[in-house]
Amino acid sequence: MLQAAAFYILAGTAVISAFMVVAARNPVRAVLFLILTFFSAAGLFVMLGAEFLAMLLVIVYVGAVAVLFLFVVMMLDVDFAALKEGFLSYLPLGGAVALALVGILSLTGISWVVSDTAGAALQTPVPPDMSNAEALGSILYDRYVFFFQLAGLVLLVAMIGAIVLTLRHREGVRRQNIARQVQRRREEGVELVEVKSGEGIG
Amino acid sequence: MDAVLLEYLPVLIFFAIALAMGIGFIVAAAVLAPSDPDPEKVSTYECGFNAFEDARMKFDVRFYLVAILFIIFDLEVAFLFPWIFPMFEGNIFAFWSMMVFLGVLTVGFLYEWRKGALDWE
Repeated sequence: MLQAAAFYILAGTAVISAFMVVAARNPVRAVLFLILTFFSAAGLFVMLGAEFLAMLLVIVYVGAVAVLFLFVVMMLDVDFAALKEGFLSYLPLGGAVALALVGILSLTGISWVVSDTAGAALQTPVPPDMSNAEALGSILYDRYVFFFQLAGLVLLVAMIGAIVLTLRHREGVRRQNIARQVQRRREEGVELVEVKSGEGIG
Repeated sequence: MDAVLLEYLPVLIFFAIALAMGIGFIVAAAVLAPSDPDPEKVSTYECGFNAFEDARMKFDVRFYLVAILFIIFDLEVAFLFPWIFPMFEGNIFAFWSMMVFLGVLTVGFLYEWRKGALDWE
């Protein structure tokens, strides 16, 4: 009973806030609704028994990706009139993307219904004497080592790509060079000059 | 299954309290606070003249760089959590597999350090 109520509340929140992400006029509010969607999805994951995934969703998506989205939204020039202007001209492209997404999702859904092995997969529970993270850890690092290393390489590419694309050093900024500062000797900085009276230093 | 969900009951109660408090404050503000809006009163205060532009301004792209570098190391740490379990079992292969993973990301870290991506200015 409580389980069903929790499911419907979480699923309803997820659907409504996902709709609000699209419908919200203010992009910052859209990102906040996206965070609410992530939270309800995390709740749904908990209900499915995927606790580790739920916590990852909260840590990675709410903690980091949402912040990134906020920065991206604030980086864009938030001009609401200009945002509305391009609606019609982007409609064909946006509609095509939406159609492709609907196609992919329905393909997945249909193949899930038609497939013979889907029922068996549903019947495969998480081992009852094992926590979620334990089940994941027991296969991720040796059995699926190739995908694990691939994930590391993807992260490396993302890191280098972000640096190459966005890092711009400003010209003429003087940075502190601590090693240079420490190695500086007295002779480089101080000079004793014998000044004759009435002449000064040329 | 139900036992696991029961462990989350306090979280659910906490969410309910948080929701009630949030809605309570909004309702209280709407009901109790005096509200007498006036076009001059709600407009941006700008020392006598009309505001030139929106208060919102573009963020520096460097914030984005910091955020994306944070995400990458966040994910790296996320991969470390389930790694504890093969370590308990003394799985040598899993140990070295993680070391290679960390090594790859350390290469990226050194690159970002040498490039000066961690310096603000």
